[in-house]
Amino acid sequence: MDKFQTTSDVTGERIKQYLAKGKRFDDRKLDEFRDIEIEVGISKKAEGSCRVKIGKTEVLVGVKMGLGTPYADNPDKGNLMTTAELTPLSSPRFESGPPKFEAIELSRVIDRGIRESKVIDFEKLCIKEGEKVWTVFVDIYSMNDDGNLMDAAGIGAVVALKNARMPKYDEKKGVIVYGEMTDEKLPLSKDIPLAITAHKIGDSIIVDPTLEEEDLSEARVTVGFSDGIISSMQKGNSAPLTPEEFEKVFGIVEIAWKDIFKKIERFVK
Amino acid sequence: MTKEFKRSDGRKLDEMRPMSAKVGVIPSADGSAMWKQGDTIAIAAVHGPKKMHPQHQQDPSTGKLRCNYTLMSFSVSDRARPGKNRRSQEIDQIINWAIEPALLIKNYPNMVIDVSINITQADAGTRCAGINAAVLALAHAGIPMKTMVSSVALGKLDKTLVVDINKAEEDFEEGEGSTDIPVTMTHDGKITHMQLDGKITPKQMTDVMKMAKKACDEIYEIQKKALKDSIGGKE
Repeated sequence: MDKFQTTSDVTGERIKQYLAKGKRFDDRKLDEFRDIEIEVGISKKAEGSCRVKIGKTEVLVGVKMGLGTPYADNPDKGNLMTTAELTPLSSPRFESGPPKFEAIELSRVIDRGIRESKVIDFEKLCIKEGEKVWTVFVDIYSMNDDGNLMDAAGIGAVVALKNARMPKYDEKKGVIVYGEMTDEKLPLSKDIPLAITAHKIGDSIIVDPTLEEEDLSEARVTVGFSDGIISSMQKGNSAPLTPEEFEKVFGIVEIAWKDIFKKIERFVK
Repeated sequence: MTKEFKRSDGRKLDEMRPMSAKVGVIPSADGSAMWKQGDTIAIAAVHGPKKMHPQHQQDPSTGKLRCNYTLMSFSVSDRARPGKNRRSQEIDQIINWAIEPALLIKNYPNMVIDVSINITQADAGTRCAGINAAVLALAHAGIPMKTMVSSVALGKLDKTLVVDINKAEEDFEEGEGSTDIPVTMTHDGKITHMQLDGKITPKQMTDVMKMAKKACDEIYEIQKKALKDSIGGKE
């Protein structure tokens, strides 16, 4: 079998030499994101949807609202379900079939980023306590992988949620009237929780790696961050980070959040 | 055919929904394309030809086409559960059969050409839109082809034949109801795929095939233009 191409050793060495001098192949600073492009409403059938491009990386995110039963420990709260598919369409590295670890981790990290930020008021998604609640489905599909699908997914999830409308609910029959949206938005706070991932390559900490850079990542830290508050975190891969490096990560994440917020502000009002 | 029949979106009986196509929408793929037909949108990407894996599926006499159709969860009103189901597995194979006659697949012994088709927005005719996108992506990937294929879903609404049905028409229930007939044709008019759900007479099928040919010719022109546009060519 042809192995998928990974970044070659020579290229990797050169990337590291550059990073040590604070430079990157595409002239970005270490804490700088690529251009972000957003298009909302890419599927009329979804309650909310968007396309997010970070450089050449692209994801589609859709929000669907469904009816469900509440969990026994939260009888008065709606549910959130986040799934991610790393589609074979988006990269020769991804195969079809049941989700592999990468897709499972991605959806779980994004899920926690949204959930723990408390951006969704789940109590307002309760229809009848203990019996019927709204379930918010956030479904993420990768369309092109050029590194940093995680952060693209995080941006997409927030933008899709902020642009979503409640579907019409027939109280008598207790069903959703599909095809008819209300003007009512989802019960969201003003927070803009984003998943921002910092990568350690050699002695450098960078954000928004391209695929070439991502291949060299020795460890990554994804931080669920909203305007100065960390609400979730996940360290991935085995290389250890010192406390000082973690502090550097938090500094970079804060800068990146402001940078992204400026770029996506008009889509999340 | 009754002349009085009015389509819900005001189209003529043989009028397609507005179509558009774009080639090269996925940079990391070897070939890719977007196909839009009314409110149905399909995105297809080609990876390969590459060595067939798993190895026991390698065939030294020919290459293989492996289409993978996905209805995105948010492309339909009632959320589709992610992952493969029986419907999508059947459609995978239907699409394979529809497209393979156009390819010089024997040029690639032991190889596989993977085609991923994702429906981002569904308003009926998704397999047809998927085929139209897939064949464009294959051409864009430089896979040698004998001909193009074009695909369209015809319908019989009560007693009237119409071309390119949308979701509202697919759900039509008056009179004899709705008959759904997806058809795929090569440019020289051979049928590589036909399915049917509903009821219709053999005589009407002759008209169906005539209408399908006319529609496929229209689709072909848009496919051709998208490919020419992608290399900066002029019509």
